[in-house]
Amino acid sequence: MLILEAGAQVGGAAITREFAPGFKVSAGAHLLHLMPADLLRTLKLESHGLEWAGQRLPTTALSAGAPALSLSHGASAEGLSAVDAAAYGAYLERMRRFAAAIAPVFSKIPPRLGTTAWSDRLSLLRMAWQIRKLGRSDMRELLRIGGMNVYDLLEENFESAALKGALGFDAVLGANFGPRSPGTVLTLLYRLAAESAAGNSGLSQPKGGMGALCDALAKAAGAAGAVIRTGSPVASIVVEADRACGVVLESGERIGARQVISNADPKTTFLKLLGASHLDAGFVRRVNHIRCRGLAAKVHLALNRLPPFVAVSEAALRGRLLSASSLEHLEHAYNHSKYGEYSASPAMEITVPSINDATLAPPGQHVLSVIVQYAPYALKAGWASARQSFLETSLDALEALAPGLRSCLVAAEVLTPADMEQEFRGSGGHWHHGDLAFDQILMVRPVPGAAQYRTPVEGLFLCGAGCHPGGGVMGIAGRNAAQQVLRGEGAS
Amino acid sequence: MTQSVESHFTQPLLKTPFHERARALSQMDSFIPWSGYTTVDVFTTVEQEYFAIRNAATVYDLTPMVKYRVAGPDALAFLNRLVTRDVGKLKPDRVAYCVWCNDLGQLIDDGTIFRLGESEYRICTAQRQLDWLLDSRLGFDVEVSEITEQVAALALQGPTSCAVLKDAGLAGVERLKVFEIGRFTLDSRAITVSRTGFTGDLGYELWMEPKDAEANWDALMAAGRSRGIRAIGSQALNIARIEAGFLSPNVDFVSAEHTIRIGTERSPLELGLGWLVDFNKGHFTGRRALLQEQRRGARRQLVGLDIAGNKPAHNALLYSHDNGKRQIGNVSSAIWSPTCKRNIALAMVDAPYFAIGSTVWAEIYLNRELVWERRMSQAQVVERPFFATERRRATPPGQF
Repeated sequence: MLILEAGAQVGGAAITREFAPGFKVSAGAHLLHLMPADLLRTLKLESHGLEWAGQRLPTTALSAGAPALSLSHGASAEGLSAVDAAAYGAYLERMRRFAAAIAPVFSKIPPRLGTTAWSDRLSLLRMAWQIRKLGRSDMRELLRIGGMNVYDLLEENFESAALKGALGFDAVLGANFGPRSPGTVLTLLYRLAAESAAGNSGLSQPKGGMGALCDALAKAAGAAGAVIRTGSPVASIVVEADRACGVVLESGERIGARQVISNADPKTTFLKLLGASHLDAGFVRRVNHIRCRGLAAKVHLALNRLPPFVAVSEAALRGRLLSASSLEHLEHAYNHSKYGEYSASPAMEITVPSINDATLAPPGQHVLSVIVQYAPYALKAGWASARQSFLETSLDALEALAPGLRSCLVAAEVLTPADMEQEFRGSGGHWHHGDLAFDQILMVRPVPGAAQYRTPVEGLFLCGAGCHPGGGVMGIAGRNAAQQVLRGEGAS
Repeated sequence: MTQSVESHFTQPLLKTPFHERARALSQMDSFIPWSGYTTVDVFTTVEQEYFAIRNAATVYDLTPMVKYRVAGPDALAFLNRLVTRDVGKLKPDRVAYCVWCNDLGQLIDDGTIFRLGESEYRICTAQRQLDWLLDSRLGFDVEVSEITEQVAALALQGPTSCAVLKDAGLAGVERLKVFEIGRFTLDSRAITVSRTGFTGDLGYELWMEPKDAEANWDALMAAGRSRGIRAIGSQALNIARIEAGFLSPNVDFVSAEHTIRIGTERSPLELGLGWLVDFNKGHFTGRRALLQEQRRGARRQLVGLDIAGNKPAHNALLYSHDNGKRQIGNVSSAIWSPTCKRNIALAMVDAPYFAIGSTVWAEIYLNRELVWERRMSQAQVVERPFFATERRRATPPGQF
């Protein structure tokens, strides 16, 4: 097993890097919540050096000029009206039941559609049975809300704008959707189901940032006999007699292999590394139509002191702060992206990772890691000229929540989707290698014909975020893919 | 304020550059739409026109054939990925009959590929394909554009067709081999000639600029007067094409891009076009599916039938026995062949009845002055084409 990594360190976007002298931050996702506990145990990551800077971190919704709303204490939230408080508990319980019914599909290789194979039929039946097992009333409710938009769902349930904004945020985070977009209840359920599949262990922060998790993974792989070569970008996949039999590196070096397993996104794998000439035209058309234009940017700030967030407790500051004051705020932010503009008043997920992890900043100083949404990949004005104004807009939005923030600013970095595409080589700079939406999940992810980790070319497999069950630092796609590869080994 | 009045929708069919000439010769006023153009179905009588194909020379307006220009560095790679045949073997100034399939190895369409230059090709096909061609272009450095309206085309078919062209002044046209392309002048107008056709007979297809269309028509008609030249419509041509065993889209197969019902699409192996599929040339769209189908063995196949009696078996259902209990296929094209003097048909037949020499039974309905009768006629699976003549291939062709 040889692992070829294009970058200087393994991990893709899940790395920790220095963006200003002495200040380090996770380049992409900054919190871990989707990686199954049993996978962490199986890979013995803790014995390979993984430590936790924080676990079961809280989520707090911020709105300028309003009290913060804490969402992390079981089935209740502080600061809600009596009506909302009652509705919130019931809502959470119900959504958790739905999520638990969906969760089992995550760790399974999805069935193929349109086959007569019993294994595929059985797999579909199992999925249906999970839903049926919810009971008549829950099943009806799940089927009722499954295709709805999250705006309508939350309007049905709650009166507090801040609560609805915060809950709606998770339905559109990292997606090409606003809360009124069809299918956003599904994206929310999908996220909850992923958390359920991971054991509902809450938000964690690896010590040393997300890169530390990948370092531990690399050590585990090394211990299992894998050889890792960094700085070795693959130029193409070699096909002989209609079978993938190796790769050629950008350096020109050719490496033979019985199987080639690509963690690159499907568009890159099929259209750039493999080439359309090895694929059928209809398949190439489907791959070309995968929706993977990133909409989330990262803003990293180096601060000379703790950021002055108003009315946020110290405990809350250690966790995840959301800025989506209402569903309308989210929807208006999304509207801009439809026309190739970034949001004038963006929604944000904010962390101050240096509070839990002093290794990330010089003593007494801090880093702020912010996911800013929406920042469309194909910005009409072009990112080269808009980068500075985008940073200013983001700083304005942060300043409203933490007056005086600008005065503690030492350095700043913006990673737009275009930057992410450039640096991490993912088409469109999309975190998940493709939107998680009705037509791009389960047995149609990334496209029919490649949704079981196999590809039309014998010997070539996919194992990345573009596959079921998708992106986020999760590890399940990789595990499922490994099982599929081993199945083939057994057969041959 | 003036109001713009768009009236194109009141006359939706286009007229070919030969339209005025065709209309002048049309005695029956029988026009039919074809690929967005109005074209002649019958000029005088089908019999007169058909016998001109087999005994003299005929002119058929081919302009509505959809034509695509394919050019660029990857033109060959693009075409080889598109069609099942090895286009790499096609030399400049040669033509090849090809088919192309979808991912499942089911036929999208058939057509001819003309190699007009080192890396310039033309695809001629009966139905519009631009969407499929553009999708197939992804990943290839190639230009694909539709040029149907920029090229006027005539089919000149029949035993005296070569003599007509020589009389018209196309010196050396007799040296053209079957599927070869030549460039000539007709009264100082440039004209491209390919020795191709849809009749299974000696014949040529002439490609020209639309502005030269009427002058060329007149020149050919003048040159062919003493050789029995005659304009023909689609009905007469259809008889000739069935005799030659050629397939007609939407008659003998429906494009897999257009089928709605499951199982109505057809693969080239099923259509008896396996000889066009080259599994050794590298990847092409549908290759993996066709390999699987080949391993599995054909479930049905298009065959030629020789049917007892003289009543054409139009749309007849086919049975394994004359008791009509077990249906094993159906007829897609049927005629009484005036030249072969046989009752022939093209039919899709299930395994194992498609083997040459098999006997099947055709259920034929006869209209006897509005009184319908049903007849079970015995039919043999026979070799195609039904009509094959040496004059089609002879180079130089005989002077008829």
